[in-house]
Amino acid sequence: MSRQLLTGNAAAAWGARLARADYIPAFPITPQTEIIETLSAWCDTGEMAARLVTLESEHAMLTAAAAAAATGVRVFTATSSQGLLYAMEMIYTVAGWRAPFVLVNVSRGLASPITLEPDHTDVLAARDAGFLQIHCATCQEVVDSVLMAYRLAEDARVRLPAIVNLDGYYLSFTREPVELPAPEVADRFLPPFEPHELAFRASQPLSQAVVVLGGSTYSYFRYESHLAAQAALAVYDEIAADYAALTGRRHDVVETWRLEDAEYAFVMMGSFATKAKAAVERLREAGVAIGLLRLRLLRPFPAAAIRRALAGKRAVAVIDQNLSMGRGGVLHGELAAALYGQPDAPPILASFIGGLGGRDLPSEEFYAIAEVLREAARSGVTPPQRLLYTEHELRELRKLQAIALAERHDPRLGGRGP
Amino acid sequence: MNETAFKRLKDLPSQRLLGTGTPLCAGCGGLEALHQIYDILGGRSVFVNAAGCMTLLAVYPFTPFRGAWLYTAMAGAPAGAQGVRDALDLLLAKGRLPPAEDLTVVALTGDGVAYGMGLSATSSAIERGLDFLYIVYDNEGYGNTGQQYSEATPLGAKTATSLRGFAGRKKDLFAIWTAHRPAYAATVIGAEPLDLARKLEKALSLKGPRLLLALAPCPTGWDFDPKDTVEVGRLAVRTGVWPLKEYVDGKVTHTRLPHPRLPVEDYLRTQGRFRHLFEPVRDEALLARIQAQVDDYWAGVT
Repeated sequence: MSRQLLTGNAAAAWGARLARADYIPAFPITPQTEIIETLSAWCDTGEMAARLVTLESEHAMLTAAAAAAATGVRVFTATSSQGLLYAMEMIYTVAGWRAPFVLVNVSRGLASPITLEPDHTDVLAARDAGFLQIHCATCQEVVDSVLMAYRLAEDARVRLPAIVNLDGYYLSFTREPVELPAPEVADRFLPPFEPHELAFRASQPLSQAVVVLGGSTYSYFRYESHLAAQAALAVYDEIAADYAALTGRRHDVVETWRLEDAEYAFVMMGSFATKAKAAVERLREAGVAIGLLRLRLLRPFPAAAIRRALAGKRAVAVIDQNLSMGRGGVLHGELAAALYGQPDAPPILASFIGGLGGRDLPSEEFYAIAEVLREAARSGVTPPQRLLYTEHELRELRKLQAIALAERHDPRLGGRGP
Repeated sequence: MNETAFKRLKDLPSQRLLGTGTPLCAGCGGLEALHQIYDILGGRSVFVNAAGCMTLLAVYPFTPFRGAWLYTAMAGAPAGAQGVRDALDLLLAKGRLPPAEDLTVVALTGDGVAYGMGLSATSSAIERGLDFLYIVYDNEGYGNTGQQYSEATPLGAKTATSLRGFAGRKKDLFAIWTAHRPAYAATVIGAEPLDLARKLEKALSLKGPRLLLALAPCPTGWDFDPKDTVEVGRLAVRTGVWPLKEYVDGKVTHTRLPHPRLPVEDYLRTQGRFRHLFEPVRDEALLARIQAQVDDYWAGVT
């Protein structure tokens, strides 16, 4: 199939179509809705031999998704932000059913305040649930990752559901050239879903998700899921190699950009990392030896790949597009845990928070971060966590507040006077 | 209900398909009804369960069920039933499942779910015409957590969170269901096994959303001797507190007309949760209100 311009949402829908998903429980939410609209149209025309059912909530949608997967069909579903949170009880619950399916999350900042634009606080809330997580930076990666996520989730050594994440607006509504794998290529890569012992059948009664009594039995099942998620790391490498052989596109657990000979590094996740790439190019031109590490796989956590990629760097900036209140950037904590005490670990691991709710990360900020890294490397002192926000932004916000306040007090505008 | 296989009590199966030795309380009226239901329904079924007393039926690695079971979450049973039913239908349609392997999809929840947390999911499952049987064991409170009042708790009942008697009124779940125009809805009780069997038989002959709403006398939560479960259930029917009825083809029919209808006091006196209505002094006003509620209901039955 040739290259065509597709939004990230359309790319996600194509992933489900090429995976020949049987069942699509759905619920609309911005900025994800285009995915289910696209799939619904394909189900109506018969271009997809699937059934799409709109549930009354994401909680029900996730329940139906996992119940169908546990009955032995291939399931695709999608949500975003508040929807993911509304479904959160089931996100944790169904991961333990060991019924594989793929959930696309279109990242969007969480309330409050309510917003539509992206950051990763939503998908990170699902970090510890037992879902595998793949994070995309391009529309091409979205379609490729959905197919890879099915192979990974359904692998007999893994059997866990998977989230494929893309950023709202920046990917969901942005058209990029995407090369779709031909259906026969997708079929060769992803054979039909083999439910194995998973399935409710008259001849083979099965009890799923029953109560356990006591911490020992409970721990056994929790450890099983954890070990399966960890096993997914090695399985992922096999799958990435298979996919590259069939399509020529290789997506590793992490992406590195001009990192090998770099002294400094940005660490990011998602589509904003493409901004970092551009900044790396400019900084290189200016003689700064900097590179980029982008995490594609967040769960399982590719600690070894991260250690290898960052070994020997003088200073690293983790730019978190999320905020754990009272702590800071989630990735920063993850990176610190992976690097602490390792030989050759970078002595400086600085934390920057930015890009919340779709706030831009302009080139100048990357340059400033690079400067902070160089200074930290010189002084040997780790800089304090930085919340990216400019004086100009603050001035504009104060101006807006002042106008609103003035209007409230202005009798000519119906206000109650000073 | 003319063509029934259950004409008299001895027509009822007594295979005891549901295993015994579960951790449920002695004298559980919900389990009493479930035993009767399972004997007729059998193992070619998948029970989709939500948090409640019956969640403890299947405790790893044992189950009393001959057929399949899926525990979801408190609000999750109707949506879980949707996923299982849709998947079975897809597999059948695509020739990936022989018809002989098909299962009846059953949601099994208590009143906490059916009247409350699961109601949104239930409403939309009925709206979508989901082909499933929903069994409710209604013990009129959050029984598994120690009988706090739920949306199914009746006026005057003492619960762990209404020590002076519940001030509200029991929600009419049957009316909520029938407002959705489902394929079938019925109230049942384990103490009337023939009535229950006929209704289940009817429900199983239909497709679409079907409800069996079973009042579940609860010795633990209602405070009576477990040996009296059947008697308490019978009195619920004979005093008119629990009307036995069914909805089919847009019409509600009462399957038992209590005649003569005994005073509600006869039912209330059997249970410790209503003792404060009689001791230390009779609460004449509240007793009259409860009786009036029941009288009003039956006055509307033609």
